[in-house]
Amino acid sequence: MDLSVITDEHVEILLSDLLEQYGYDFTGYSRASIKRRISRIYTLDRALSFAEFRYRILNDQAYFKRFVEQITVNVTEMFRDPSFFRKLREEVLPKLGTYPLIRIWLAGCSTGEEAYSISIILKELNLLHKSLIYATDLNPTVLEKAAQSIFAMSQMQQYSENYILSGGTKEFSSYYTASYSLAKFDDELKRKIVFSTHNLVSDHSFNEFQLILCRNVLIYFNRDLQHNVLDLFDSSLDELGYLALGSKETVEFSRISNRYKRLPGEKIWRKVG
Amino acid sequence: MTKCKAFIIGGSAGSLEVLLKVLPNVRTDIPFPIIIVIHRKHGVDSLLPALLSTRTELKVKEVDEKEEIMAGTVYIAPSDYHLLIEQNETFSLDYSEKINYSRPAIDATFQTAAEAYKTKLACLLLSGSNSDGVNGLKYVKSWGGTTLIQDPDSAQVAYMPAQAQLNVAIDQVLTIEDMAAFINLLS
Ligand SMILES: C[S@@+](CC[C@H](N)C(=O)[O-])C[C@H]1O[C@@H](n2cnc3c(N)ncnc32)[C@H](O)[C@@H]1O
Repeated sequence: MDLSVITDEHVEILLSDLLEQYGYDFTGYSRASIKRRISRIYTLDRALSFAEFRYRILNDQAYFKRFVEQITVNVTEMFRDPSFFRKLREEVLPKLGTYPLIRIWLAGCSTGEEAYSISIILKELNLLHKSLIYATDLNPTVLEKAAQSIFAMSQMQQYSENYILSGGTKEFSSYYTASYSLAKFDDELKRKIVFSTHNLVSDHSFNEFQLILCRNVLIYFNRDLQHNVLDLFDSSLDELGYLALGSKETVEFSRISNRYKRLPGEKIWRKVG
Repeated sequence: MTKCKAFIIGGSAGSLEVLLKVLPNVRTDIPFPIIIVIHRKHGVDSLLPALLSTRTELKVKEVDEKEEIMAGTVYIAPSDYHLLIEQNETFSLDYSEKINYSRPAIDATFQTAAEAYKTKLACLLLSGSNSDGVNGLKYVKSWGGTTLIQDPDSAQVAYMPAQAQLNVAIDQVLTIEDMAAFINLLS
């Protein structure tokens, strides 16, 4: 990838454009990743000059949408980090099973692979009927894709292995219908998932949850923004609720850390104070 | 080069053996960090820092995201994330698409480091069977950093350093025996 097409100054100009023109605030994002993403789309779309590129983002609504989609990273998997999902299956969700209604917030859900993974576990634990998963993301486009529940058949072998490693005992292929290169997951799995847009930077708490998952989103934020988002989660989490982060993320060093107790082995904390 | 601020080592197949030989001979008072990005299978990750710390008195640790980069420390890229260097000399992690079928990709670290450290960077590409790191080295060169490769003849898998040699102006070709001495001379 040619990174020299976009300078640090260009990045700052574009981020302030997005904020002023569209109200999207990316100024708290780590720059190295953002810069790589901007360089990537600049090259992919064969922009003629920075001025032309900037003009297009500012004046072409559809292009702006594409730009935002492309500067955020949407890569995800089903049952990524199987031991994490095993902990949900064996410890966290059974504990929450005593509640009459289990409300789960999956923040930064991208194209939905995690949401369906959780739905599968809930179904196997016989908890799906009394659960609600709010799966949110900044990007409307990934949410549309998520709601289709259609994924690439080529991924299924990997996902099936992950599923088994996470403690799944069913035939993974019983959850989808294969058609050529696509796998369509059962509608039953998404009946309890609500997909909607929510921006962690600017939107507020919208409910109280017993489990909040936000994995591999905070790595893109600077420390200040991370702390603000953790505050948002804290104010959206019930007493004794669980907060789950990505394998390299932590609540340590944040303002909320003293109220949270980590479950051994995984990036899952319980709100205890 | 003007005063080294970071030494980064990238490698793939056949590079772990090299690290195990080189690290014991690196001075323990080096005034810069050593950052290691090597390809490995997802899952066996946590073993690497432990393994390497048996070979050196230097502090060895897996990178935490947003961590400040300190001199005299050996940092290991965590598996399954790209390791990026920020302008303010902190690490950040990135879960974007694999590059050259790899995550972490050596290219991503070399490239972001090139911009952060410019002339004060040295990057060494070791044994490996794909061409990850080659573009990164090109970029390091264009920002004035120092480009180094393992002598392909001494590499278990010569392809990676050989590709670098074909495509990038390399400042030094190092045998395994020379590597620690070279690192010790930088300061
Ligand atoms: C790397 S994906 C993580 C997907 C999934 N959670 C996982 O770990 O596999 C990051 C997601 O965070 C979303 N995101 C980035 N900034 C956001 C924000 N400010 N508010 C909500 N979502 C955001 C992106 O759109 C992207 O879908």
